[in-house]
Amino acid sequence: MAKRVEATGVTAYYGSFKAIDDINLNVEPKSVTALIGPSGCGKSTFLRTINRMHEVLPGARVEGRLTVDDEDIYAKDVDVTAVRRMIGMVFQRPNPFPTMSIFDNVVAGLRLNGVRRKSVLQEAAEKALVSANLWDEVKDRLGKPGAGLSGGQQQRLCIARTIAVEPQVVLMDEPCSALDPISTLAIEDLMFKLKDSYTIIIVTHNMQQAARVSDRTAFFTIDRTGDPGRLVEYDTTQKMFSSPSEKKTEDYITGRFG
Amino acid sequence: MSTVTSPSFAPGQDPMLRRRRTPLVALVGVAAVALGVAAAVCYGAGIGGWVLMLVMAAFLYLVGAFAVVNRIEGRRAARDRTWSTLIASAFILALVPLVSVVWTLISKGAERFDANFFSTSLNNIGARDPDGGAVHAIIGTLEQVAIAAAITIPLGVAAAIYIVEYGRGKFTTLIRFFVDVMTGIPSIVAGLFILSFWVLLVSPIYNNGQPQFSGFAAALALSVLMLPTIVRSTEEMLRLVPAPLREGAYALGVPKWKTILRVVIPTALPGIITGIMLSIARAAGETAPVLLVAGGTAAVNINPFNNNQSSLSLFVFQQASDASRFAPPRAWTAALTLVALVLILTVVAKLFARRNRISR
Repeated sequence: MAKRVEATGVTAYYGSFKAIDDINLNVEPKSVTALIGPSGCGKSTFLRTINRMHEVLPGARVEGRLTVDDEDIYAKDVDVTAVRRMIGMVFQRPNPFPTMSIFDNVVAGLRLNGVRRKSVLQEAAEKALVSANLWDEVKDRLGKPGAGLSGGQQQRLCIARTIAVEPQVVLMDEPCSALDPISTLAIEDLMFKLKDSYTIIIVTHNMQQAARVSDRTAFFTIDRTGDPGRLVEYDTTQKMFSSPSEKKTEDYITGRFG
Repeated sequence: MSTVTSPSFAPGQDPMLRRRRTPLVALVGVAAVALGVAAAVCYGAGIGGWVLMLVMAAFLYLVGAFAVVNRIEGRRAARDRTWSTLIASAFILALVPLVSVVWTLISKGAERFDANFFSTSLNNIGARDPDGGAVHAIIGTLEQVAIAAAITIPLGVAAAIYIVEYGRGKFTTLIRFFVDVMTGIPSIVAGLFILSFWVLLVSPIYNNGQPQFSGFAAALALSVLMLPTIVRSTEEMLRLVPAPLREGAYALGVPKWKTILRVVIPTALPGIITGIMLSIARAAGETAPVLLVAGGTAAVNINPFNNNQSSLSLFVFQQASDASRFAPPRAWTAALTLVALVLILTVVAKLFARRNRISR
């Protein structure tokens, strides 16, 4: 299920503004990789290039090569929707579809991609909700609106929605930044469970979270405002947080940045 | 905290946190005095009538209440009271014309609101006949508005989707500019346009070379008026749908067109329907274009593509200026019917929009 993600010389632009420059990164399958760095350093931009969400914004474009198990996802004949089905994404703020019930939210990806059979949908919904640690809380009210859940539940609903389409890679863009510590813990536990079957890449501003959940950590930074973000160091999380080889990494992680 | 720093007061009685409230009796008293003084001035001195008295009383009440509240509660509370009173009065003032219109319609329209009105037309009704109804006008309004809606709703919503979701660059700017220009077209101009284009140029083609009025031509003129309203309101509603919802759907591998159909439109639907209903209400009330291109008639004409048709607003216009003493009551009832029709449509549309939304 899980696949390897390889970025070679990835450069992304918003119009004429270069947001990230020449990122080379190798993400191992069935692992959690954390992207850390100051605001505006291009972590999220890089994350969004992996499932081709970057190009949704007007004027945005990507150069370089991104492969998923040696398949170039920016090749000319690649179907963008197929890429996004293979590489799911969880956003910073929970974004359940407001007009849909909990059940409809979870199976939205399947249903909107043509799966009609009720039994298939029901099975997929239960499986995804169980994986997302949400089943016990919502199993009696699947017909209620998804927007009526608490913030933490909504975020787990979005995770369930993402894994219901059985992607190979799951991208998470600061999934816990709008959540309280208990919901954060629930989602971190969930990541631990999910990495058995998925490749997970997470952007986080929370250093402790990166240290807790990830196997490998990548540190991004910008030198000055207006400069493109670049990858400073990428190593195992343990090495990054105990003895990083770059001074900049050490400064950032210990809180003495700049 | 306060009980610790000022222990001389009983708990919960710290005067720093509390202030005296003006009793309701004082305000009622001020109102009574204001009304009394105003009445004395108006009727005692014999100037003005009850309107002047009310205005004067309201003004005196504002001054009096300010003074009383200022004395008891202080300046800030007095200002607050004055502005609250002014805003509430503005609201009531704004309601007056609305209530007045509805009341006039109901009281004057009730006279002919009978079975005969809804079962006959004006065919063979002379100036001395007390009967006669508006079936032909109701049929005309329903058909014309339905055809206009059938044309403009798909077109308008599609145009808005194009502008918001797909359009980039000069072409979109151009479309938006022309939609804006269309918003300002007077209805009589829309009628003239359809008269010169459809009635005079196109209709002779299928009518043996003779120009022909039709309900369909009226529907076309109404479409010209409805289209910009629908495009603009739908556009605004689509823009209100948060971008993360679209991205959430894209991230599931849902194609863009399906995202728009299944996520964006359902989310914006209540607002879109409100915009559509506003444009339908406007179209149903238009008289001039119908008069110009459908001509009006006294008999029932079910076929909107052939021959003259009437409409409720045209019926009101013609009956209100008719010499027969039985005509004005018909005009009032037709006006009441028109308002009721639009109201019913709006309520049905709102219910439809709510049914599509999951209850919270």
